[in-house]
Amino acid sequence: MEHFTPISSLIGGGLIGLSAVMLMLLSGRIAGISGITSGLLSFTWTPDSAWRLAFVVGLIGAPVGLAIAGVKPEISFVTSLPIMAIAGLIVGFGTVLGGGCTSGHGVCGIARLSPRSIIATVVFMTFGVATVFIVRHLLAGG
Amino acid sequence: MKRIVAGLFAGAVFGAGLSISGLINPAKVDAFLDIAGDWDPSLAFVMLGAVIVTAVGYRLVWRRGSPLLEQAFALPTRRDIDPNLLVGAALFGIGWGLGGVCPGPGLAGLGFGATETLAFVAAMIVGMFAARQFGDFLGRLKSGAGPTVTSSQ
Repeated sequence: MEHFTPISSLIGGGLIGLSAVMLMLLSGRIAGISGITSGLLSFTWTPDSAWRLAFVVGLIGAPVGLAIAGVKPEISFVTSLPIMAIAGLIVGFGTVLGGGCTSGHGVCGIARLSPRSIIATVVFMTFGVATVFIVRHLLAGG
Repeated sequence: MKRIVAGLFAGAVFGAGLSISGLINPAKVDAFLDIAGDWDPSLAFVMLGAVIVTAVGYRLVWRRGSPLLEQAFALPTRRDIDPNLLVGAALFGIGWGLGGVCPGPGLAGLGFGATETLAFVAAMIVGMFAARQFGDFLGRLKSGAGPTVTSSQ
């Protein structure tokens, strides 16, 4: 546990919560990243398209802005390029089919005490842990 | 215009949170999910901080009766646990475990230009699009207006 970072993780989590609350206060919307992103894939301009696009621009821009200001995140990959593409495909399909991801179900949904989101979060956490166990300990033989 | 600024600002705060919390780092996510290895529980603190602030903040906001820039709150109303929810969440968990990346951190990391991130996000968009088409297809089957797949078997 040499990389245990409870304080920065708690602060970062608080910012994610703050963003969700801001979006609810201003626009009355759930801050679900998969919903916001997949909502842009209908190829028709809807009343929600502009703010969704702006949200994604802010999401991509802020970490770069922070890095320029000196707060650069560590980004280390744990798998190969082909596996990353497969992972992306499954994540994209699964989050749209299941109606949410870590943010929509895991944060906003749990905060609303939505039964669907609580179940979804338990399921994706369980499958995430099981997948890492299989890849890291069974397949890798470690 | 106000809605666009609100979206931009909320997205930026979200992105800052992902960066500062460490969720943007696939190795950190991997260490959180690897409970049988050198387990790093940091990301539980991300969830904790985010859920507490959201749970309290939402309830304060909902007292207003309506948001500042729209007529009404747009909240999900479904409460049923259907197969799509379970299969979708399971698939998402598998993909999350494989790459250590979920949709938010994937997008938030794009600006650093790593090929792995670009591949993940490009494939994620394809997967999302496929799921939307699949959802439309299922919807047509249920309403009976779609292609008569069953009779051709």
